[in-house]
Amino acid sequence: MTQTIEIKDASRDFSHAGAGRILNIQPVTRIEGHARIAIQLDESGEVVDSKLHIMAMRGFEKFIEGRPAEEVPRIVSRICGICPWMHHTASNKAVDACFGATVPPAGSKLRELMQIMAHINDKILHFFFLAAPDFVLGPGADFGVRNVIGIVGAAPELAARVVKMRQAGQMMIEKFAGKVIHPIAMVTGGFSKPMSEAERQELYSQCQEQLEFAKFCMSFAKENVFAKLDEETLNLGAITTGFLGTVDPKDGSLNLYDGVLRLMKPDGSFRDFSYQEYTDHIGEHVEPWSYGKFPYARSWGEGFSMDIKAPKGIYRANTLARLNVCDHINTPLAQAELEEFRQKFGRPAQSTMLYHWARLIELVYACERVVELLNDPGITDPKVRDAVTPKAGRGVGCVEAPRGSLIHDYTTDANGLMVKANLIVGTTHNVAPMNMSVRKAAQDVIRAGQVSEEALNKVEMAVRAYDP
Amino acid sequence: MPVKVAEEWLGSCSGCEISILNLGETLLTVLPQLEFVHIPVLMDHKYFGQTGQGDVHHLDIPPATVGIISGNIRNQEHLEVAMAMRASCDVLIALGTCATHGGIPALINACSDAELFERYYRGSESTDAAADPDDPNLPRMLPRTYALDEKVKVDLYLPGCPPHPDQIAEAITALLEGRAPVLPSKSVCDTCPTRREGKGAVKQVRRFLQNPQYDPAKPLAEMRCLLEQGLLCMGPVTRAGCAGAHGESPRCLSARVPCRGCYGPVRQDGNQMLDMLNALASNGIDIKGVIDRPSLLRFSGAHGRLMNPSRRLPAGQKQGA
Repeated sequence: MTQTIEIKDASRDFSHAGAGRILNIQPVTRIEGHARIAIQLDESGEVVDSKLHIMAMRGFEKFIEGRPAEEVPRIVSRICGICPWMHHTASNKAVDACFGATVPPAGSKLRELMQIMAHINDKILHFFFLAAPDFVLGPGADFGVRNVIGIVGAAPELAARVVKMRQAGQMMIEKFAGKVIHPIAMVTGGFSKPMSEAERQELYSQCQEQLEFAKFCMSFAKENVFAKLDEETLNLGAITTGFLGTVDPKDGSLNLYDGVLRLMKPDGSFRDFSYQEYTDHIGEHVEPWSYGKFPYARSWGEGFSMDIKAPKGIYRANTLARLNVCDHINTPLAQAELEEFRQKFGRPAQSTMLYHWARLIELVYACERVVELLNDPGITDPKVRDAVTPKAGRGVGCVEAPRGSLIHDYTTDANGLMVKANLIVGTTHNVAPMNMSVRKAAQDVIRAGQVSEEALNKVEMAVRAYDP
Repeated sequence: MPVKVAEEWLGSCSGCEISILNLGETLLTVLPQLEFVHIPVLMDHKYFGQTGQGDVHHLDIPPATVGIISGNIRNQEHLEVAMAMRASCDVLIALGTCATHGGIPALINACSDAELFERYYRGSESTDAAADPDDPNLPRMLPRTYALDEKVKVDLYLPGCPPHPDQIAEAITALLEGRAPVLPSKSVCDTCPTRREGKGAVKQVRRFLQNPQYDPAKPLAEMRCLLEQGLLCMGPVTRAGCAGAHGESPRCLSARVPCRGCYGPVRQDGNQMLDMLNALASNGIDIKGVIDRPSLLRFSGAHGRLMNPSRRLPAGQKQGA
């Protein structure tokens, strides 16, 4: 018999649903974090409203106040256990900027290497462990098998290879940098340890293997997933928005580690700006029904609206956004994939399900970039950290996290203690778009009160594409 | 018959779940002996029925032999899920330092929620100032951040931020074999190979603004203890375990950076701040040099250890009641 718990919380009384009823998708699953989807149906069973509620709030911005700034990069990593390296990197950049610290070239190279290696593991995790069950086993498969354990049963050889490669990727980082989940090796002014030639050679050969695996993933997905994307699936949660991502200021190419932010309008026109200027271009809107805020394009001057027919100020981040905003990719295999992608879907591509395809193109790029970095003899230079002096300042550190442009804005006092911090984390950029995609998907799959498990899973697929 | 397992995350970051996945091939080996009945990170079992129309007053967690919970308790939803897990599971494991001691997010216990909301919704550089979210569909915040055992009975503690996969494997294996797991009980220092030359030389601890003295070509055993080099290192007052079960070194030390205490106190009910200040003082180190004392509790601020004046209740009322 199923055990249940009596809940007396008055907040669960949905009397405001009126004559219709509310469907609760709770918790939203195979995502990183706590969210709930509430879909309101009217008397005739048509969708009249839907909301993606962000349910939790921890307060990192507040409780890092007063901490010595150089300690913050190993505190804010705990914002996300899937992408701690991203917060660790952005935070270190922000603290460096506050203190006016310079980072020796080898320190920067090691930082980028670790951040991109973390991207690799993240993409394997998302595609195979979280997203693939919907495509490989089907959106209507029983929930008991529609998961990674089901994939282990259905395709044991593939699953074993994926698990082994992801594990190897995690252990490569851990072996060199000490700790892979909640890292500590990046430090104010650089990196905590240099890379020896033996370490470089070992990582180089392992990363070649990862590149081969990335090529396999791409062709596997094209054959088994992307080739089967029919009109209905491509239309799932489809909305029209702008896009945000980092590009290299030299040539507009994709850059996950450093560069300028590029904000693109739905028509494809764009403006580039430095990290420090982010508040001129991005604002955050608050809704009473979500602890999470709703970033929007303030510089477009049109305000904020999540109306799916006439959105205002809405842009998206994460993989599809980065591939839309960049002019090209500086590594050959990923560039070839991008060209094929653009030929099929144009620029900017809008279909929400294409986030998955873009994610695997980025996987190829990340593997190629890591091999490039490990080929650079400068990466083993023993000088990896400059001594730093705490002082008053303000610094904005940014990187491209798997889930979007990650912004850490810090202010320090004369002792180098944190006065205040403002963060916009990757997933947050997509809170408004995810709400719109949920609405679109719900309206498309729920008609005349006909609700099935498969239909509700399709609504969740519209969220999962964003890898929140 | 496979053992039924339910897993949940409360106030958390998912790092503990990633650490479970980092068992890698070991996980594939034990998988046939486990049957996951509920695990939101990987599986689509819902609280209120698979078509979202169940009774929202009855949160459904299927019965399981083993329950695993990561994260702390910060809001009403966390509390309800923790209680449902307790009711459905024979054995409940607190996974990770957020669940065992509050973890990093319990640092918020030194601030008031009013301050937090003011900063977040009205004082931020990028936010259009607005009233606090107040929708009845959002879970109400509790007075502070709680460790799991402040609200439900816990049978096994697996601290760590995140716990090393070796301890997760040991806990699972022991439960499958019907024995008590063998977990580390010493301090990080007891597992640290760095060279100690004796106390007395250092009078002040300094901030971590430059790398310690060491030869990168030489093993960790030839680097001098970081505390003896004058860096604040929480190794003496922190539970061992991050080094894993196969003779590795503590993980932060292996990257040549000092320990910050992520496994929580050596004894479950220890106080890392008091223990560390004691350890420094007994070594003749001036504790005034520690510029951020609350940070000594940065992983273990639940159980009423970190407290903002506004969160204190009038005398006679029980905290967190």
